Amino acid sequence: MGWFKRLKDGIQTATRNKKEAPEGLWYKCPRCSETVTRKELRENVYKCPNCNYHERIGSQEYFDLLFDGNFEEYEADMEAVDVLQFKDLKSYKDRLKAAKKKTGLSDAIRVARGKLNRRPLIVAAMDFGFIGGSMGSVVGEKIAFAIDEARKTRTPLLIISKTGGARMMEAAFSLMQMAKTSVKLSQLAKDGVPYFSLMTDPTTGGVTASYAMLGDINLAEPEALIAFAGPRVVKETIKKELPEGFQTSEFLLEHGFLDFIVDRAELTERLSDLLHLFESAHRPN
Amino acid sequence: MVFLEFEKPLEKLYEQLEKVKEVGDDGVVDMDATIQELEGRIKQTRRDIYSNLSGWQRVQLSRHPERPYTLYYIEQMCRKFVELHGDRYYGDDKAIVGGIGNMDGQTVVIIGHQKGVNTKMRQYRNFGMANPEGYRKALRLMKLAERFGFPVISLIDTPGAFPGIEAEERGQAEAIARNLFEMAQLRVPIVCAVIGEGASGGAIGIGLGDHVMMLENTWYSVISPESCSSILWRSWDYKEKAAEALKLTAEDMHSFGIVEEIVKEPHGGAHSAPDEMAKTLKRQLKKAIAAIQEKSVDQMIEDRINKYAAIGQVTHAK
Ligand SMILES: [Zn+2]
Repeated sequence: MGWFKRLKDGIQTATRNKKEAPEGLWYKCPRCSETVTRKELRENVYKCPNCNYHERIGSQEYFDLLFDGNFEEYEADMEAVDVLQFKDLKSYKDRLKAAKKKTGLSDAIRVARGKLNRRPLIVAAMDFGFIGGSMGSVVGEKIAFAIDEARKTRTPLLIISKTGGARMMEAAFSLMQMAKTSVKLSQLAKDGVPYFSLMTDPTTGGVTASYAMLGDINLAEPEALIAFAGPRVVKETIKKELPEGFQTSEFLLEHGFLDFIVDRAELTERLSDLLHLFESAHRPN
Repeated sequence: MVFLEFEKPLEKLYEQLEKVKEVGDDGVVDMDATIQELEGRIKQTRRDIYSNLSGWQRVQLSRHPERPYTLYYIEQMCRKFVELHGDRYYGDDKAIVGGIGNMDGQTVVIIGHQKGVNTKMRQYRNFGMANPEGYRKALRLMKLAERFGFPVISLIDTPGAFPGIEAEERGQAEAIARNLFEMAQLRVPIVCAVIGEGASGGAIGIGLGDHVMMLENTWYSVISPESCSSILWRSWDYKEKAAEALKLTAEDMHSFGIVEEIVKEPHGGAHSAPDEMAKTLKRQLKKAIAAIQEKSVDQMIEDRINKYAAIGQVTHAK
């Protein structure tokens, strides 16, 4: 599919200004406590230059990294609805308002189309900063949109997961997004359009138990927490210390649930290889 | 009989009834009129209590220790049933059971969560919390059903998928995800019924289907009220509030269009008349299967996918 055919209704041009971190501001690695400048950190694709800790980054950083900043965003103005009028210590409405204000995002996922080393790719990337990257109706609907777009244009799909799981404030609607994203992925698979799932720190709960684990290729960044039940819950259940390295990317690779682990510095190249290899993918008879 | 907190008025009446009956049995005084009056009051009190249950009360009912479980329903609904075991990869999970049975002349595959009926069995069944091999056994049986054209019935009753070390090692998340993915395209009817607790991924892991029904006193949500309370209220004490906020009753779920049907329970809950409950459930399951079988297989799958694709509400800022 040609790069120019995408210019049609329903596609918004990415107008978001890149929020440049002020130069000279320091970044302290939460793992090794090494201090570097924000600029150095960015130039090292948001990894600690000392210990290779992969700093948690958002959709914008991934889009910049994969598409070199040149992409079209879909459904950028899609927002959550407080169907249940949910209220705990705070109301869901207030939580949404605060999350939007804090992040400048509309919800916990963004979908974009662009080119990765000249090959088209649709990316859905989650933002942990928005209510813990939780999956509610917007996440489900945007993923469904991305899948339909991928099917229509036979473009490979990459979903980058970064999430605490379901969004409790959308209760059953949130739970049903597991079913929704999975039935949509079954359509994508039937059409023979490749789906790559990249799990990053953290990927837990209902997201892991639906689209994150369903990649034709499952990949993960190093040392990410990947789980169904989070370590705290497991520990409370079994009342024992957890084994060293439990629920890390390396643990999942060892147990057969990942195809490979990819260092963020090599992400573009590895994905580029995959896109090349899958270029002749077609609908099975 | 086990009485729940909100059934206390009933318990008192039953105690009185027992005493009056004892007196009547002595044959000295005729207590028939008093007995009749008490039975009338029990009926009325039960109706009053049960016609106005809160979310939390329904959660308690869904967990009633005398509530019928999957194997009871299977026994009542099928003249013949052969239980099948194992996922063919690792083991046989005890918290999800399944097999092939005959329901009024129709061969069906039935899968479901299974809780234990006494302390020992509750341990054995891991309190209805399945490990990955449970979900994989369920999928194996669904694939078997597909191969031979048998409808699938899935009975849901779990406080959640088991959160243990081995469960994580063996891919709890992958097992549930795989089921959702495969159930989406399964080429035979899938009818699901929440018969007790419908907690989160552990429930939907065998809960995706063409027709989903909930018994009247069950709940279905993304998290249990207790866990929701502990996370959002940072205390275990707000379970009643959480139950209301989550809108997890059959009525709520039906009003959202997430489930297709509410199945009436006898007054006093499924456990007060389990055989009657089983008859009702069987009738509704058969009706649902028959309605799905009216469609072509392709239409059935298209409708199933469209149904789930339509769940969710969003808005556009502009
Ligand atoms: Zn470091």
